[in-house]
Amino acid sequence: MANWIDACAADDIEEEDVIRFDHAGRTFAIYRSPDDQYFCTDGLCTHENVHLADGLVMDHTIECPKHNGQFDYRTGEATRVPVCVNLAIYQVKLADGRVLIEI
Amino acid sequence: MAGIVIAGGGDCGIRAAFAARDQGYAGTITVVAAEPGMPYERPPLSKPGELGATEKPICTPERLQDCKIDLLLGVSVHSVDRAGRRVVLSNGAGLDYDKLLLATGAVPRKLACSGGDRALSLRSLGDAQRIYGAAAPGVQITVIGAGLIGMELAAVLIGRGARVTVLEYGPRPLGRNVPEALATRITGQHLAEGVDILCSVQIAEVTKNAVILADGRSIPSDVVVAAIGVVPDTELGRASGLAVENGIRVDRQLRSTDPHIYAAGDCASVLCKDAVYRRFETWQNAQTQGDIAGRNMAGAGLQFGGPVWFWSDQYDLGLQAVGDTVGQASAIRKTDTETELHFYLDGQARLIGAAGLGIGNAVAKDIKLAQKLIEAEVPLDVALLGDPAINLKKMLRPIAVS
Repeated sequence: MANWIDACAADDIEEEDVIRFDHAGRTFAIYRSPDDQYFCTDGLCTHENVHLADGLVMDHTIECPKHNGQFDYRTGEATRVPVCVNLAIYQVKLADGRVLIEI
Repeated sequence: MAGIVIAGGGDCGIRAAFAARDQGYAGTITVVAAEPGMPYERPPLSKPGELGATEKPICTPERLQDCKIDLLLGVSVHSVDRAGRRVVLSNGAGLDYDKLLLATGAVPRKLACSGGDRALSLRSLGDAQRIYGAAAPGVQITVIGAGLIGMELAAVLIGRGARVTVLEYGPRPLGRNVPEALATRITGQHLAEGVDILCSVQIAEVTKNAVILADGRSIPSDVVVAAIGVVPDTELGRASGLAVENGIRVDRQLRSTDPHIYAAGDCASVLCKDAVYRRFETWQNAQTQGDIAGRNMAGAGLQFGGPVWFWSDQYDLGLQAVGDTVGQASAIRKTDTETELHFYLDGQARLIGAAGLGIGNAVAKDIKLAQKLIEAEVPLDVALLGDPAINLKKMLRPIAVS
């Protein structure tokens, strides 16, 4: 069954940026793309336990703050070494200016 | 059939193997790795977990198999027959090559004083296990050298309850590659945590239970670790008659003076854009040069251009730097009381280097943007660099979205 969690206000994330969202012992990264779409992935890089929210968003890519690994945050696909394991992604919807994620 | 042979199973050699395959190389690829276990990343060695040294494999055996990369463990390349394009391994076996990559890395510099061989060093997993195994609470450990490795070790060892003294030949810690203001803050944190740091000292002797300084002082030491830098492992290059000078000399495509032999990573001295040969000792450089060498051996014509980047974690502080950060900073950006970035411009106001210090990964985003600004090679407004209200991304993309 869908479990939609209210993560943040849509305005909490700047365009082409990312924030960290912790919920029930888990950590997520929520992105706002340059074309104003919202996405959500697991919060930690698959290479080492580093919060992706400290990384750099350029276009549709998130770059890990430590080892320069990259993911396409829309699909979770690992696109540059050293990462080779994809990120889990989660559905996102907007409602009344809030960002909801399905976990 | 002769294929690619890679001497060295570190980050650089393994990266090169995968890159050559990714580039479409169809021949055999053999990595000759001196250490007995699966290749592992070295940065985690100075960041141990509760059980001791952190072993983080670079790849799984399955991935090597999928990419048809042969990994020979516990052997090294003993000699190179350049005319016959054949290497002889330490176990006596021979391997023909079409392209050979020397990714032999570097070895810790040895302490030259009397008793210097008593000092441990940190390069391999075995080294790390020895050091952390000896670092019981209350044990007096002396770290010689206040560079990045020495200071990271000091932070780890004091955190494990050891009593730690750091001895440095130069006038201040981290003098080689960290801007003074940032080094001062990191040093302050070490002192607050209880690390003793003595600068401008020379070592006369290492005895069974002390380090004796040139001025006669004696520093009681149960364990001594020398962290006084590394020396490139150029033995094979030299014995093969390649040009060697502080590293195996390579052009921008990472080719040595023999077009069938490449060198990359810690052991390579690379011709840079400004026509100066430079050797880099960072994890990212090992990856980048490994990637370029691997692809070029497979037929690409990529050039190494830098800039080189590194990070260091000590306590909760995270340092990152990219490019050339020597001398006086042109602009300083203080994002908040705990986060600052120093920017270095050339004569044409183009960014050539940046260094930042903050809690955790607070400076990571801006250092990555700084790297892109360095690569862009465009003149920048120094006032904007110093203004924390200006997003660096907007300087990279002058017509950025709001």
